[in-house]
Amino acid sequence: MPAHDVLIIGAGLAGQRAALAAAEAGASVAIMSKVHPVRSHSVAAAGGINAAISIDDDWTSHAYDTVKGSDFLGDQDAIEIMCSEAPEEVLHLEHIGVTFHRNEAGLLDLRAFGGASMKRTAYVADITGQAILHVLYEQLMKHHETVDRYEEWFTTSLILDDDGSCAGCVARDVRTGAMEVFSAKNVILASGGAGQCYRPTTNALICTADGIAQAYDVGAPLMDMEMIQYHPTTLAENGFLITEGARGEGAHLLNSEGERFMEKYAPNKMELASRDVVSRSEQTEINEGRGVGEDGGGIYLDITVVPKKRVLEALREIVNIGRDFAGTDITREPIVIRPGQHYIMGGVKTDIDGRTPIPGLYAAGEVACVSVHGGNRLGANSLLDTLIFGRRSGEHAAARSAGVPMPSAPETRLHEDVARIDAIIAREKSGRRTSEIKDELGTTMNRLVAVYRDENGLREAHEIVRRLKEEAGTAYIDDGGTVFNQDVLGAIELGYLLDAAEATVVAAIERKESRGAQFRTDFPERDDDEWLKHIDISRNGGDAPSVSHSPVTITRWQPEERKY
Amino acid sequence: MAEFTLRLRRFDPESGDAPYWDEHKVDLEPHRSVLEGILQARARFDGSIAIRCSCRAAICGSCGVRINGQPALACHTHLDKALRGARDGVIEVEPMGNMPVIKDLIVDMDAVHWKKIRRVTPWLIAKQPVPEREYVVAHENMVDVTQSMACIQCGACVSDCLSMEVDPDFIGPAALAKAYRFVGDPRDAEQLERLQDLAEDPAGIFDCTHCFKCIDACPKGVAPMSQIMRLRRRATGDHHIVDRNNGARHESAFVSLIRDHGILWEAELLPRSHGGDSFFGKFAPAAGAELVDSLPVIAKMLLRRKATPMKILRPHNLPAADLKQIKRIYTTVEGREERFELNLYISGYDEEESEDTATAAVAADGGGQTAAESGQPGQSPEGSPTR
Repeated sequence: MPAHDVLIIGAGLAGQRAALAAAEAGASVAIMSKVHPVRSHSVAAAGGINAAISIDDDWTSHAYDTVKGSDFLGDQDAIEIMCSEAPEEVLHLEHIGVTFHRNEAGLLDLRAFGGASMKRTAYVADITGQAILHVLYEQLMKHHETVDRYEEWFTTSLILDDDGSCAGCVARDVRTGAMEVFSAKNVILASGGAGQCYRPTTNALICTADGIAQAYDVGAPLMDMEMIQYHPTTLAENGFLITEGARGEGAHLLNSEGERFMEKYAPNKMELASRDVVSRSEQTEINEGRGVGEDGGGIYLDITVVPKKRVLEALREIVNIGRDFAGTDITREPIVIRPGQHYIMGGVKTDIDGRTPIPGLYAAGEVACVSVHGGNRLGANSLLDTLIFGRRSGEHAAARSAGVPMPSAPETRLHEDVARIDAIIAREKSGRRTSEIKDELGTTMNRLVAVYRDENGLREAHEIVRRLKEEAGTAYIDDGGTVFNQDVLGAIELGYLLDAAEATVVAAIERKESRGAQFRTDFPERDDDEWLKHIDISRNGGDAPSVSHSPVTITRWQPEERKY
Repeated sequence: MAEFTLRLRRFDPESGDAPYWDEHKVDLEPHRSVLEGILQARARFDGSIAIRCSCRAAICGSCGVRINGQPALACHTHLDKALRGARDGVIEVEPMGNMPVIKDLIVDMDAVHWKKIRRVTPWLIAKQPVPEREYVVAHENMVDVTQSMACIQCGACVSDCLSMEVDPDFIGPAALAKAYRFVGDPRDAEQLERLQDLAEDPAGIFDCTHCFKCIDACPKGVAPMSQIMRLRRRATGDHHIVDRNNGARHESAFVSLIRDHGILWEAELLPRSHGGDSFFGKFAPAAGAELVDSLPVIAKMLLRRKATPMKILRPHNLPAADLKQIKRIYTTVEGREERFELNLYISGYDEEESEDTATAAVAADGGGQTAAESGQPGQSPEGSPTR
């Protein structure tokens, strides 16, 4: 049985950063991922990473922007840590090889981004996530002697020992179908978000809430799950992401009357207001009949106002996406976009060192909720979140392993999971196909738990999710094999998605106000007296989620009206 | 909506059966991707169809396959375009080449692609001392290496590398493009050592035969062959590395032959590759040894009348006027103070610009090398079979 001081599940930016930090601190480390690490969804992060690195900038300004962006739901102690440690982290990345673009003086160039009071986004063209992810993987290859890699291993369960500490996990080698127990003094969940609860979404097919559901399953609370970010610019056609970098470089949003409508909603920041504000403005334009495109459900993003040379060197990826997926040459004509599901601010509740309330269980990155994003994440803060809290989790877990004996993870869960998978494979073909259920979940969430929400819609969504959970219990698959049985893994992922979706819906029903990404048409105002608090969702042993509240940490910025 | 028929190459390693073809009809808009077609077939008819996929937007590099025999990302190929490339109205999808198949469309990337990546010391060896703040680096340098950073490790170029088919040890297009990412990075401390390593390896930079397959295959415009040529220019032009595989001399023999004759003269290529341009080069012992080695081939060639002794031995020459033009190209290029290194991230694909840049590239590279190695600016994406 493999045994490590620190076992990291997920190999995107948070996971790889955690692995490198833990190894550097001297711990024995393994990193496990259901896909090859460079396929992780961090690869899709385009625009850049925020850090108050310019000599004219100050991390407190970055922190204030983040607090304001979060609609004052973010925990300010965590935000202070993230923003104050950001410059050092970005310089570290630069030193290990990330090819950040430079300015005329040969220093890191910075671009403008939404909700930021000055230019503070370092970038590599519009492939920043890819560049950082690939460079971290270079470092994992370099440190292959101190970090064991389990590539294409799918985690099926977390294991707790008798006194309730995390002792490892059960995982399946996707390539052979072999199931194994991994013992670990500490487990760091870094397995990403839950975008596949929605259809369409900018998120990859692998973003199926695995870590969220696994932590929830062993009793860790989830927080801020109602906060779902709709990105203002996703391709109307299929939901692919068009980076905020486009607006950062100066692109305009136009309605069917050719009007830069953001003047009405955010006269100062215009297109670079925070994402919740821009998405809501777009949706209002669409709902009031000023949308564009075939069904009037889109908005024009006009990138032709950006100099062509600049587009070619700094927005290359969206030139490709426009050409290949929308048939549009963005250097010549506007492209039709609309708000689309992009990110979950919520996740497994952690402290500033990535610790969950379960001893030995950590979480970092989109799977986690520290909470630095609160009600709305600023663009280019997610890469930062993954790296800062990935590193902090890795360091803390490595330090903790010094004082803990190596557990011998019990094999009960292994036998249960083997039986569970056998049972899925053996199901009679009488129920629904798993793919149908996933489709219905996605379209339901996108219809009822989106930019604008109300009680009736949320209740309907909850009923549908409950029904889908039952149907998933008998849903059948086709593949009975062991080698690369993606079908059976899909059935397990569907269960993860349904858990996360239910937590989201329940939290959205609970929050009877409008804040950040949650806009309730039946409660259109922010209500600090009643709702300046987090909503925690946990399982508490039963199947139905139970709801509780926890306070927001405020250090120096009192809530105020939010204007852009 | 339109109906498309997909013919998928299936293989179940557990069945003991040979690979087979499996056809499915799918309904999708014509500009949807082949991947979406496969996923629809999987969702509706057969959940056991295996393909790696994640982002659906040509960023994660998971879904490298062969479509109608050409390497491509399934998510990056429209159904209607794929249909146009189909032989019999059916879109054929197979696993990539040069790598062992695990199941259906899934190949063992680790056994080939990643092994080769690990071969090129794929991490930055940072110049010391590491500065307190960032390294000061020219903007152009970072934009330049962005082209090879744009590689998503999909393996499409590895799939169809002709050199690798003949010599499985060849480090190959993806890994050498990765190597350029460090050689072209001013922060790396061991550029010379890297170049020496890659030049001296018999399966290194001189093992590439200029076939352009990788440039056609790459869905991200990385143009791996261009990166290999940049490595060669840095190795031979900047660092004067003369490798033991004779790659550098062989290449310079090409260049000098074209300058002298305007056209390749194979009989002279061998001695020049060993002994240099002078007349006495013919007497280089190594040239003699290779000539003796090649005798069976030469004999066969003569016997089968592929050539006559006169044709082989008489100098090949372009007409004088044409030769003069060629010499002018040499004078222009060699008179430049700096080498032109065009880059996709700077030049783009645009038609109006592509004419200028393609001309410039021909001029810059001279006769011995090719236009496309400067970042294939002249090649429109529409012309690429994978698009």
